[in-house]
Amino acid sequence: MIPAAAFFILAAVLFVLGILAFFVKKDLLTQFMAVEVMLNAGNLAFLALAKSLGKAEGQVIVLFVITVAAAEAVIGLAIIVLVFRQRKTIQTDELKDLKG
Amino acid sequence: MAELFWLIPLIPGGSSLLLVLFGTKLSRRWVAWQACSAVLLSFLLSLAAFIHLARAPLKSPGLSKTLLPWISSGAFSSPVAFTFDHLAAVMALVVTGVGLLIHVYSTAYMAEDRSNARYFAHLNLFTFFMLVLVMASDLVLMFVGWEGVGLCSYLLIGFWFERPAAAKAGMKAFVVNRVGDAAFIIGILFVLTNMGSSSFASINEAAGSGLLRPGLATLVAILLFVGATGKSAQIPLYVWLPDAMEGPTPVSALIHAATMVTAGVYMVCRLSGLYAASIPASTVVAWIGAATAIFAATMALVQNDIKKVLAYSTISQIGYMFIGCGVGAYAAGMFHLVTHAFFKSLLFLAAGSVIHALAGEQDMRRMGGLKKHLPVTFPVFLVGALAISGVPFLSGFFSKDAILTSAFAGGHYVLYGLGLLGAVMTAFYMFRLVYLTFYGEERMTPKAGHHIHESPRAMTIPLVFLAAFSILAGYVGLPVFFGGKADLFGRFMEGSVKTVTHHLAVSTEGLLVVLATAASLLGIALAFVFYRRTPALPGRLASRFPGVYRLLVGKYFIDEVYDAVVVRPLVRGAETVYERFDLKVIDGALNGSAAAAGLAGKGLNFLQSGLVRDYALAFLIGAIIFLGFLLL
Repeated sequence: MIPAAAFFILAAVLFVLGILAFFVKKDLLTQFMAVEVMLNAGNLAFLALAKSLGKAEGQVIVLFVITVAAAEAVIGLAIIVLVFRQRKTIQTDELKDLKG
Repeated sequence: MAELFWLIPLIPGGSSLLLVLFGTKLSRRWVAWQACSAVLLSFLLSLAAFIHLARAPLKSPGLSKTLLPWISSGAFSSPVAFTFDHLAAVMALVVTGVGLLIHVYSTAYMAEDRSNARYFAHLNLFTFFMLVLVMASDLVLMFVGWEGVGLCSYLLIGFWFERPAAAKAGMKAFVVNRVGDAAFIIGILFVLTNMGSSSFASINEAAGSGLLRPGLATLVAILLFVGATGKSAQIPLYVWLPDAMEGPTPVSALIHAATMVTAGVYMVCRLSGLYAASIPASTVVAWIGAATAIFAATMALVQNDIKKVLAYSTISQIGYMFIGCGVGAYAAGMFHLVTHAFFKSLLFLAAGSVIHALAGEQDMRRMGGLKKHLPVTFPVFLVGALAISGVPFLSGFFSKDAILTSAFAGGHYVLYGLGLLGAVMTAFYMFRLVYLTFYGEERMTPKAGHHIHESPRAMTIPLVFLAAFSILAGYVGLPVFFGGKADLFGRFMEGSVKTVTHHLAVSTEGLLVVLATAASLLGIALAFVFYRRTPALPGRLASRFPGVYRLLVGKYFIDEVYDAVVVRPLVRGAETVYERFDLKVIDGALNGSAAAAGLAGKGLNFLQSGLVRDYALAFLIGAIIFLGFLLL
């Protein structure tokens, strides 16, 4: 039986890794993947809580999050493809036309 | 029929609404017919209601009907309710009867005007508001009509608004009336705060029974009278009426002679219980009336514009009505109001016919000898002039005599003397007008002289009707001299207004009649000497007393004084406020806040780098801070 704490630690590590990856990487696709990692770190935390508290709500929420994340991935990836078609690049440092 | 009396104001009102909405799409003939028949219907209904009232026993309360609840606040309530009692009956008949004749006259007079739908819409609207004023059963609803007729007066004075003088005259009338109305509204507020109802019956009763404290009654009466000095063109607010002559002549006849300007007198008679309860207020009314009667008459002596003479004469005659009300002879005041409505609208319409004949000429110095050119206008004008001068056996004689006799009988000998002096001047300026216009050599400009023609039937027929009334209207109110029963008008009015019965010996009364007759004949004789026998005399007199002459021609320079004391300081004050406050403070604050926002934007500009990572960082820091607060 793996203790609940281990799940939490794993979730935290994944989340921090996601943050780090978001700030370190410069292309939109990888940053998007980093966001997905953070999202799933959250999912993991939900599942761990659901298991340790013995309640089903956490698992239900995870199912919702996965559904929403799927939809969000479709739109996000489509945007990235369109950006690449328009600009021939997905480097975020070069996409700064909205500078004030 | 009589129970439909509440439709009397609503018919012209509805007609006006139709004309405003669809007037431009209707043919001229239709517009004229609709406007006239609306007033005709009102007149017939008024007549039916009047007959109903005349048959009812004397002092019956009259017809009344509550149409809808209107203001109801706490203990106070004021419904939309109409009352048709003896006083309202007389006034409604005058408004609709004279109004009808003037509507008919207008169809010819305004036939060539391109905005004649607008004209008739406003004229009908005026009739509506005037009838609301007349038939209102409480002060608040009367104020609605009071303001409404003021609005119509403004609209119709400035009817030819392309002419700067007309537009300016309209504004002057409106603004001067505002001054009076401010006092009027304060008067109403005093009534509202001290009584649960503003109905005329309750005010009169409260004043009579002492429920309304005497001091308060005087205050209210005087405030309301200040409103009346605006509407009825009395000292000190008369200045708008002469300028109001810029409007079309039928408008001058209807609004600025027969009906609206007498609304003040009507209001005082409506509240006769209040005014009778307050001797100081009555004294003010009488003296303002007397002062105005004399003052305006002196100005009428030297005017050269035919309509201006009539305007000053109107101011002066309304002064007489107020003398009557002030000495407690409300019925006599109303009587003069009625006869004046006939002969003054006759004079105005006949003057309009003269102006029409001369293609717009109004200056009497360029008239003369019109007697033979205007075979209908001349005799009816003469009838009007004789009536207003108080020549015996015409209407003006009886009504003026009723007022002067009441003043004398009440012991107001100075007022009586002033009235008599005014009567001399009235006869003089009226016959000066007659001689300058209709007698002597022709002084027209060639163009106008060529144009002369008698007016069409639609104009002359109303003139003949009015002339008939100017002769006959007096016989409903014969003086006591002819026996007490002869005063039908006075006895009818007893149903609604306070009455005084004075006891004068028949010989005294006869003497007063002789004096009044002598006064009017003296005035006519003087005019004859000055303007017919020795036409050089006025010029000699003017050069003999240049100061007096200049004072009169300059109308006592009252307009100039008002301009210097009231208008210009206000304008200058407004300009100062504009420059110092509007431009600097308000505009400054506005521009300042815009500049501050701009500066702040520029300062915070660097935050928007366009880099996703920067935004994510801000987001992260925010999330950490938020979490920190949540956990700690």
